[in-house]
Amino acid sequence: MITWFAQHRAALRLALRRLAAAPLNTLLSVVAIGVALALPAGGQMLLANAMQLARNASPSPQISLFLRLDADRKASSEIETRLKQHPAGLSVQFLPKEETLERMKASPGLREVIEVLPRNPFPDAFVVVPRDDRPEAMDKLAAEFRLLPRVEHVQLDSAWVRRLDVLLRLGRSGVGVLALLLGVGLIAITFNIIRLQVLTQRSEIEVSALLGATDSFIRRPFLYFGALLGLLGGSAAWLLVMVATLWLRSPLGELAQLYGLSFSLAPLNPRDSVLLFTIAGALGWLGAWLSLRQHLVEN
Amino acid sequence: MIRFDRVAKRYPPGIDALRDLSFEVASGELVVIEGHSGAGKSTLLKLIAAIEKPTSGAVLVGGQNVGSLKRLAIPFLRRNLGLVFQDQKLLFDRSAFENVLLPLSIAGFPPRESAQRVRAALEKVGLLEREKAMPIALSGGEQQRLAIARAVVCRPNLLLVDEPTAHLDIDTAADVGRIFSEFNQVGVTVLVATYDRNLFPTARRVRLEHGRLVP
Repeated sequence: MITWFAQHRAALRLALRRLAAAPLNTLLSVVAIGVALALPAGGQMLLANAMQLARNASPSPQISLFLRLDADRKASSEIETRLKQHPAGLSVQFLPKEETLERMKASPGLREVIEVLPRNPFPDAFVVVPRDDRPEAMDKLAAEFRLLPRVEHVQLDSAWVRRLDVLLRLGRSGVGVLALLLGVGLIAITFNIIRLQVLTQRSEIEVSALLGATDSFIRRPFLYFGALLGLLGGSAAWLLVMVATLWLRSPLGELAQLYGLSFSLAPLNPRDSVLLFTIAGALGWLGAWLSLRQHLVEN
Repeated sequence: MIRFDRVAKRYPPGIDALRDLSFEVASGELVVIEGHSGAGKSTLLKLIAAIEKPTSGAVLVGGQNVGSLKRLAIPFLRRNLGLVFQDQKLLFDRSAFENVLLPLSIAGFPPRESAQRVRAALEKVGLLEREKAMPIALSGGEQQRLAIARAVVCRPNLLLVDEPTAHLDIDTAADVGRIFSEFNQVGVTVLVATYDRNLFPTARRVRLEHGRLVP
């Protein structure tokens, strides 16, 4: 175990020494990886902000139930009980027709019109806010409500929810595709960087093999090298996104204010940041592994 | 210790380096492999260390057929050997100390014990005070002695040495020869490939000519 630690520490030290030995090369590699990773990371940052904005700016989606005009108070309270006991956990608001009439009379334009009418034109109504507001769940609930007795009309105001949902899902797929493409690019970048490393360290690899080194011993410092490069690139990407966030924050805030929204662009959240570092390190490691495999098989 | 059984080695495109070679080396022996340049001396040593595989026949080291070893098993064979190469193969970006340390790191020795062993090996070849020097700063004889220190630091029971005195003056060559004799005296089996007839005059000699054994 001590030996294992010592060997890994030595490999890590060797990798650090090689990174430090060619600072310009290291810097250029880190910038290349950083820019490649900054695009999907930045996309994710914008997407997370858009989702946050959508959640804050909209009231929660709701379903409106209108009863038939001839439904009496008993029928209404029956339906109210059924809605309140529904297993989906609904918050139910009852709007009696008298109240609606009063509310409508309060608006000056409608008052005269309503007073001309022989009787109250408004039905009893319910506004239901389901706990599960996914479009599919909402659809199912609306269909169920339509079958209730004395319900005239059910209105599902989730069309915009669905549109927004599709839009955000599209955005997420876009970021996913971008991440996939640039991830492959990152593997290619480290593959090549490590290949050059292998060429400069050729004598060391040869001598180590002649002295009885296993493939994993030979591979180890290069794997650390690749992973470190990936991590440094990931940090560069994180910094780029951070700078972009700070840069865009005040103009975007002003824009949002014009629409009456209070909004401040947030940097990458901790979960996405950790994900970024992990993926960057892992892809660097993978690129190095592939490069070494090719070299060790060739010889 | 070592047995060659009708070994042939042919390099493409049909150059026979060794032909129908059979001989044995007992444990603790010091054997000189001699012959002209291109007679197959280096090839013979490479077959023992599994750097090359025989085209036909069997090479047995400690009862193990090294020609049929799996790729993954070869490192563990080599850890029991001390190899001194004709071109030394020192690493020029590491100090003398680090060069000698390499086989111990590979074999997984703990750091503290490794440092002691490295110093012991450097002292044995008279380079202790140059442990911090880079190989480029060492003379030809010192580089050769550094290569020997690296070969013996794991205390192998078999030393394979290829042309150890090729670029050395007579005095330095005698020095280097004496180091190998000392190892042999403590029980290490030593195989030395050399064209130098003055080296180890009393040792058993195996003579090669165009890849064949000359009686």
